[in-house]
Amino acid sequence: MEVTSPTFKQNAVHALHDAQLQKALGNVRAGFIDKRRKAADALPEFDALRDAARDIKDHTLAHLDLYLEAYEQKVTDSGGHVHWAETAEDARRIVLDICRMQNARTVTKGKSMITEEIALNDFLQLAGIKAVETDLGEYIIQLRNEHPSHIIAPAVHVNKDQVEADFRRVHDYLPDDRDLTEPETLLDEARRVLRAQYFEAEVGITGANFLVAETGSSVIVTNEGNGDLTQLLPRVHIVIASIEKIVPTLNDVSQILRVLARSATGQDMSVYTTLSTGPRRKGDPDGPEQYHVILLDNGRTSMLGTEFQDMLRCIRCGACMNHCPVYHAVGGHAYGWVYPGPMGAVLTPSLIGVDKGGHLPNASTFCGRCESVCPMRIPLPKMMRHWREREFERGLNPATQRYGLKIWAAFAKRPRLYNFVTSMAIPLLALFGGRKKRFSFLPLAGGWTRHRDLPAPESRTFMQQWRERESGKQRAAA
Amino acid sequence: MSARDAIMGKLRKTLGAGADDATRRETVAKRLAKPPKGIVPERGQGSDAHKVKLFCQMAEAVAASVTRVRSPERVPKTVSDYLRAKNLPASVRMGADRRLKAMPWDKLKSLELKYGPSDGFDEVGVSHAFAGIAETGTVALLSGKDNPSTVNFLPEHHIVVVDAKDIAGDLETVLSGLRRKFGKGGMPRTLNFVTGPSRSGDIEQKIILGAHGPRALHLIVVG
Repeated sequence: MEVTSPTFKQNAVHALHDAQLQKALGNVRAGFIDKRRKAADALPEFDALRDAARDIKDHTLAHLDLYLEAYEQKVTDSGGHVHWAETAEDARRIVLDICRMQNARTVTKGKSMITEEIALNDFLQLAGIKAVETDLGEYIIQLRNEHPSHIIAPAVHVNKDQVEADFRRVHDYLPDDRDLTEPETLLDEARRVLRAQYFEAEVGITGANFLVAETGSSVIVTNEGNGDLTQLLPRVHIVIASIEKIVPTLNDVSQILRVLARSATGQDMSVYTTLSTGPRRKGDPDGPEQYHVILLDNGRTSMLGTEFQDMLRCIRCGACMNHCPVYHAVGGHAYGWVYPGPMGAVLTPSLIGVDKGGHLPNASTFCGRCESVCPMRIPLPKMMRHWREREFERGLNPATQRYGLKIWAAFAKRPRLYNFVTSMAIPLLALFGGRKKRFSFLPLAGGWTRHRDLPAPESRTFMQQWRERESGKQRAAA
Repeated sequence: MSARDAIMGKLRKTLGAGADDATRRETVAKRLAKPPKGIVPERGQGSDAHKVKLFCQMAEAVAASVTRVRSPERVPKTVSDYLRAKNLPASVRMGADRRLKAMPWDKLKSLELKYGPSDGFDEVGVSHAFAGIAETGTVALLSGKDNPSTVNFLPEHHIVVVDAKDIAGDLETVLSGLRRKFGKGGMPRTLNFVTGPSRSGDIEQKIILGAHGPRALHLIVVG
């Protein structure tokens, strides 16, 4: 897909003026936060489980080569095939080869961010193979020729009247009087259309939430059941997963599952958690005849051992974006590539380079809510700071920003000068702030005051107030 | 160099494997041989009666319906009552699971029984669960010769029979049960943990039941 991350600022402005988007984003603010809070509060062990989940992934990453080996052996033992892919292109090629061997004309897909990352649908389309997204949200955005704007709620940017219009446009055989005004009737229509596709497809492609070294199983966690029909009905099931999806044992899966659904949708457990191990067994009445797993690197090995290693703990629950004020304001598409929100701001520069994704770590107020809700305790703000440093070191941010930072640094490194200048400037600003104590216009601060007032400072600086407070304390003690 | 070697090479270089490789291997082998238990929520612990009660509560909280019966003999009648209450045709799809087959279905003359995998045209499927999990109201279903997985997903209504004695407090207990049944590291082709009927919140975050899987999940707890 086209990367528009370098124009994040313009994307954001565009998003802020998009009335449909702003209406839809209200659902993110209203929906996810309360549900997560309630589910987390109802489980006293929740925070201890977050620690356990973090430790499991840290342990796994430290032994990743060995767990991958063990996993591969188990998949092979159960009659499955493991393919290794260093790059997105390699992974796409492997998928195509398998499809060609089956003379596949249609593939169904379960919801999978990794196939978005490797832009699989467009590739298959070019090769003459129809790729059908079966998750309701993914199906909607496929009709709209868009990409997901959220990692677990891909169509969260779309309102129901837009979905109706898309269905009427594409399902043009529907009678005009068919009611498509409510989510229920829209879902029924999608269900009906997609049912036929599951049976028609020769190949079903899913991602994986986990790969289990103990058993060689791939795990998907879903609510709709489309992922299960995708991996159950076609002759061939292909799993695409990046290498850090490995966990050692079933018990480790259990620990992480307890934080995954609660953090994502506020459910104690998602409706369907399915473990697939190899192809159909002798005597089995259903299930795929072939089972393939594609293990994809695509930049992960380069994150290991760096300050961005912790990002590899991510389980893609979406809690960070659900709680992010920047995501709430601009939505997911503004981030310009596959992964939005705070996790995207950290992951995108790692995967497509800081020259293209370097803007995203600036899309943060550093309020820290993402880290406070992350089930895997990933220090997202710290890593965004690392990226900002790299961006600065490589001279990638604009000149005004760089000079501004340099001027600031010159003051910050000279405390006496800093105190002197602020002690002169602050009272002056306080004076001009007037009785309202706000500026609706300030030279050089137009970027701020165009959208909101700037609060005027108090008449004395923090340092002055602090000194007075401390000396007051000393007097009281004496 | 193959992709596998390239990826493994990078991993080993970064992870510092080499000198202490033996220790790392031992750590991994140990964990795989003896999976750590981890943190198990208090909520599911207690007497058997508590577990069954919690299981029913949690399942109902996620929009499943539950009927409790005293013995397996009562299951066919319960199924037929369900069909009547929901105004469904007197026909059910199921696997040849011997626990289900042993039930007195023949007493219900008008009920049509279809065995084998679902073709997508069944209103009602009946499965027997391997286990129930009280902490979340979940049932565990295993695929196998007599247990088609399609029955769990294609019918509009899914009825799952679970023995009260198979209801565990937590997921870990069920995982241990699987290891006993299939041997260490062994698994059925498909293991479905099902918690309530299929749903989607993809349009304006409004939760609707019956996305691609069954619109309704009815649990029959036996014993």
